[in-house]
Amino acid sequence: MSNTQTLDRAAQAMNLIDYRDTANLKQLPTRNGFGEGLLEAAQANRNVIGICADLSESTRFEALKNTLPEQYLEIGVAEQMLVAMAGGLAAVGKIPWIASYAMFNPGRSWEQVRTIMALNQSNVKIAGAHAGVSVGPDGATHQAIEDIAIMRVIPHMFVVVPCDSVQTKKATLALSQTFGPTYLRFAREKSAIITSEATPFEIGKAQIFREGADVAIVACGILVYNALIAADKLSRERGIECRVVNNHTVKPMDEAAILDAAKTCGAVVTVEEHQVHGGMGSRVAEILSAQHPTPIEFIGVDDRFGQSGDPVELIEHYGMGSAAIEAAVLRAHARKRP
Amino acid sequence: MQTLTPQRLRELDLKATDVREGIIRALLAAGSGHSAGSLDMADIFTALYGHVMRHRPEEPTWPQRDRLLLSCGHIAPVRYSAMANFGYFPVDELLTLRKFGTRLQGHPERVTLPSVETTSGPLGEGLAQGVGMAQGAKMDGADYRVYVVTSDAEHQCGLHWEAMMTAAKFKLDNLLCIIDRNFIQIDGSTEEIMPLEPLADKYRAFNWEVFECDGHDIAAFVATVERAHAVKDKPQVIIAKTIPGKGVSYMEGDYTWHGRPPNAEQAKNALAELAATRERILAHV
Repeated sequence: MSNTQTLDRAAQAMNLIDYRDTANLKQLPTRNGFGEGLLEAAQANRNVIGICADLSESTRFEALKNTLPEQYLEIGVAEQMLVAMAGGLAAVGKIPWIASYAMFNPGRSWEQVRTIMALNQSNVKIAGAHAGVSVGPDGATHQAIEDIAIMRVIPHMFVVVPCDSVQTKKATLALSQTFGPTYLRFAREKSAIITSEATPFEIGKAQIFREGADVAIVACGILVYNALIAADKLSRERGIECRVVNNHTVKPMDEAAILDAAKTCGAVVTVEEHQVHGGMGSRVAEILSAQHPTPIEFIGVDDRFGQSGDPVELIEHYGMGSAAIEAAVLRAHARKRP
Repeated sequence: MQTLTPQRLRELDLKATDVREGIIRALLAAGSGHSAGSLDMADIFTALYGHVMRHRPEEPTWPQRDRLLLSCGHIAPVRYSAMANFGYFPVDELLTLRKFGTRLQGHPERVTLPSVETTSGPLGEGLAQGVGMAQGAKMDGADYRVYVVTSDAEHQCGLHWEAMMTAAKFKLDNLLCIIDRNFIQIDGSTEEIMPLEPLADKYRAFNWEVFECDGHDIAAFVATVERAHAVKDKPQVIIAKTIPGKGVSYMEGDYTWHGRPPNAEQAKNALAELAATRERILAHV
């Protein structure tokens, strides 16, 4: 689909790519952005190191491994060791990035994450790869859809879920320069590049990617693209104008941006590739129920496990496609108080 | 390390008695805590703080200090008492153990008391962090050493074995693990609950250099540390045989003292025994 109209002012201010131009939209996995950002961060600061648990290719550690081998350690399939060793390295001044599939780190290593990273207020950075059902054929064992919940509940933790590969690179660089325990979540499959080099990124600052005052869609990760597509279609077909918020920092969440979206629109839909229980949307609900009660609809996995399949097929099956988002917007819109 | 003269050894033996007194007073004031392991590691902690380690009590986070990690965080009273008796903080502060607002948390926390190096209590995690610190020293060309004190029962945790493999892979000869081999844990004998023997052979099979010594003989322990320091390209372990509750006769060898403190009467008896021990050391010329 091509579109002759320019993007709205909010999208222009964010220097977004025209996400409606699906034929020409570039697709890259968010993990690529991590690999590029890590190499750049490590080149700028020799204390930035990578520790790998036998997944150097799929977590995109390879660029660091090949370019700066003295800043790279391989410890094998041992995710608890990954966190604990990184804690020791951070204690003596290193800035360790540790990467595995999100299902295993922080999935397997949660107590070490809590004690050694967070209670210690340690400068360890977790890169959680292969998050979400969009991992695809590997199936439920490898599809982390509970990781946001178990990380956002830990004090001091930064939790960041960038929307595309370009933003993942910026997030990796920004988090490398920000002291504190960190969880950066990204996905396996190719996904649409919707931000450009010129799009700003600041940890803890949500971004308005589309302006609108009827319903606010608050999304994170690769589903921000689906949210934008849904908003565009609702505008064209039904005249419903959605504000789309790229809520990339789940913790500490940009409460002002959430409240402003709720106050402006009067109804909210949250969108994430994660269990509805305990995820990003749950935090939005906590903020709004305490400060500005607002009708909310939640897009995410509804208390189920994933399964093998094609990534797009799975996103649709678990109710996270753009059509499901449109339906949720209509429900939220209907619930708005007069 | 300096030579351990007979005069210095006697001073350390007296200091170990002070450390045990501090443990008893702190546990009595707290009303909860772990007696047996704390008491049985008093001699080794005294040797570490009093002779073996490079450290500055007046500058706890001195970057060149040797790092000492207490993996089995529940025996924090021995570390706190040793720190107090070697000048890190007033001995009276030991009476705040486990109380609201204290730096001396029930299990050690780095944020409140940075010189404990890490937060510990969840078992089996100290060696893995020590591996990180020792590897960090290697990467930076720093010459501090890393000491990790572990319990024997902690070897039931899988992470400890991951750390053993990793330490050997990276040839961390700046890493010394010290095992409090007292053969007890909360539920009873380690060998009944989950047999660890042959423990020394297991470490050898993991490419570690293994030493064994009497954990209550400070001179023997120091001599063993010196031998361990001479090892190149391999991490080292000292399996220190200890008697749980050492120094307080009614606790010695009784696993039920693993996780409870003395009451007022028991503490009085313990302090009287320790006073007698001090007199014996002073009388021995």
